[in-house]
Amino acid sequence: MSSSDIVLKEVRLADSEVVDVEIRGGIISAISTKITSDLPTLDGRGVLLLPGLVDLHTHLREPGKESSETVLSGSQAAVKGGYTAVSAMANTTPVADTAGVVEQVARLGAKAGLCDVFPIGAVTVGLLGEQLAELSAMADSAAGVRIFSDDGRCVSDPLLMRRALEYVKSFNGVIAQHAQDPILTAGAQMNEGAVSSRLGLQGWPAIAEESIIARDILLANYVQSRLHICHLTTKGGVEIVRWAKSQGMAVTAEVTPHHLLLTEDLAEGYDPIYKVNPPLRTQEDVEALREGLADGTIDIVATDHAPHPAEDKDCEWNSAAFGMTGLETAFSVVNTVMVQSGKMDWETLVERMSAKPAEIGGYKDHGRIAVGSLANLILVDPTKQWKVDRSKMLSRSYNTPFHDLTFTGEVLHTFYRGVHVMRDGQLTGLKHE
Amino acid sequence: MITSGHLLSINDLTRDGAFEVLDTARELSRITDGAIKKLPTLRGRTVVNLFFEDSTRTRLSFEAAAKRLSADVINFSAKGSSVSKGESLKDTAQTLEAMGAELVIVRHGSSGAAARLAQSGWIKSHVVNAGDGMHEHPTQALLDAYTIREHFPEHDRDFTGLRIGIVGDILHSRVARSNALLLTSLGAQVVLIAPPTLIPIGVSSWPVEISYDLDAEIESLDAIMMLRVQSERMNDAFFPSEREYARGYGLGAERVNAMKERAIIMHPGPMNRGLEISASSADSERSVILEQVSNGVLVRMAVLYLLMGGTAIPTEGVLV
Repeated sequence: MSSSDIVLKEVRLADSEVVDVEIRGGIISAISTKITSDLPTLDGRGVLLLPGLVDLHTHLREPGKESSETVLSGSQAAVKGGYTAVSAMANTTPVADTAGVVEQVARLGAKAGLCDVFPIGAVTVGLLGEQLAELSAMADSAAGVRIFSDDGRCVSDPLLMRRALEYVKSFNGVIAQHAQDPILTAGAQMNEGAVSSRLGLQGWPAIAEESIIARDILLANYVQSRLHICHLTTKGGVEIVRWAKSQGMAVTAEVTPHHLLLTEDLAEGYDPIYKVNPPLRTQEDVEALREGLADGTIDIVATDHAPHPAEDKDCEWNSAAFGMTGLETAFSVVNTVMVQSGKMDWETLVERMSAKPAEIGGYKDHGRIAVGSLANLILVDPTKQWKVDRSKMLSRSYNTPFHDLTFTGEVLHTFYRGVHVMRDGQLTGLKHE
Repeated sequence: MITSGHLLSINDLTRDGAFEVLDTARELSRITDGAIKKLPTLRGRTVVNLFFEDSTRTRLSFEAAAKRLSADVINFSAKGSSVSKGESLKDTAQTLEAMGAELVIVRHGSSGAAARLAQSGWIKSHVVNAGDGMHEHPTQALLDAYTIREHFPEHDRDFTGLRIGIVGDILHSRVARSNALLLTSLGAQVVLIAPPTLIPIGVSSWPVEISYDLDAEIESLDAIMMLRVQSERMNDAFFPSEREYARGYGLGAERVNAMKERAIIMHPGPMNRGLEISASSADSERSVILEQVSNGVLVRMAVLYLLMGGTAIPTEGVLV
């Protein structure tokens, strides 16, 4: 018996069923309407039990930018936000483009012991878009990489993209594309439109994203491989993905919590806390993203958690770094925007934030609640209101765009492999050894 | 009055506020017209010229304006300073404020830099935007409005009925943005004239007309404002060649001859003679380009005076 063995009493599942759930030895050992046990209990009345959330797009910054985040601090932020698995993006220093680096990141994740840290491998050497990285070596490494991405940069060369899509088929990998035509967005600072023209900030046209999405969908379909579109932000992009799915093409797409809520108008004050790649778009785009997420055109929510040190945001817009933190607020934002508003039910939220991302990444121990599975679980209060306070974030960085905003729904408990890593909103100090 | 304590954008000025600046400039012109060029109103006060981009004429204009009001002027330019060693805008501004600056005149390549200085809590000083990236250059628009007003006294309180063309690289021009806002706010009709590649996306929400045809507009304009066209733009495929640009949008003798009798030719400088404006047009009787420079000092004096709350303007020039 481990110190976290416990019976969760009278918890409500996403499908509204109320059950007792026993966690023993890291495994969900029983689920039934009434469990009698000698284990300690947790009163689950009024809260929801969901599978731990799974993020396919997380910047943990280690190795190389430990002043912004480490695998440990990022794992702590993940647990706080209800994530039991995160996917560490490859744009570290050195770039995660070799087996050595992805294994290092995986090791750091295991050492932190708070959630699964699955490294993402770079598609091209040094993210330079010139030569394929050793994708097989990363796939065969101890890290077992399946998702490859040059995120932060687009694999813009169509031939290289075609080859990458073809190559990863041998080990059922997936290419996660940061869709941004680099020539159409040279120097771009924010969404191109009336606001960018007024503010005199270099525009970032929606078509620069949509043209790459369209191209890559055609390429992936042509070579019969899997394509994942990172952080979709435009109405046109949603429509292209919807069309592709209607044709039966194997494409998946993600949206970030910030693109589901925030719009380009926030750039008005030139505060770079709202500077992000891809940029915040228009209200019309936001509505299309919400609709796409609700109807399944967009498969998953991913945080694109992108921590930056204060000095990289406390400056003029053009000099500031792109990116926002998101792990600790994602659940509450999605709950508020999608569930509380009636656009999505709890089962759909679980699908979009846990089950489907686990499926895309091949993360077998995540995304479901079943007897015999690893106990990667969260308990959430779906109606509790709370105000975001950036000074209380567990992330090493404070660049959240949601500071001072009030959201509905809070993650109270996180179990990672049965270890009670967060209790009543506080990290317990326990970890998986 | 400029209620925010800063001049970051023309939007900081109401129509009445803009006329107050113009009236103050006119009053300052009257007083300093004689032998006495200097007023004691800002004696002992310190202003900083914080220039992160090269701009000799704007910096000199502000410096002359401050000195004519007896302010002490600190000039800071990024070249050869600690900025080239990576010091941030925030640190630079805080350092200068610690040296006693009460008003910061800032020119910066990043749009919104002046707004960041004024609104981030970094410093308490007044901030005047002397040009930020592709955003705004409000004192340029004010001096242009002043110049137009002097030439059309029948529109002293209302620019309604005046049609003003702004020609050239609208897309990258902070001068065009500030002028479009100010001149329309004063009542004028503004038409932006450029090839479609140099017109910003989303311009339909601006209170202006758009034209791709200078010849179709030239006869109806009371003032034409030629913008500097940088030949680098050619490399970014905004237009094919200087020759083709000059043919379509340059102001040569033929177009000058087609202008209304009283129409004036303006240019914010520095000019590319032979590209957007021919030498004969720049030097023609219609050209008010040098008046713009003189008026720039007056308008900037007015802005400094109104922001820093100087002592009342003496009715007569005084010896200082």
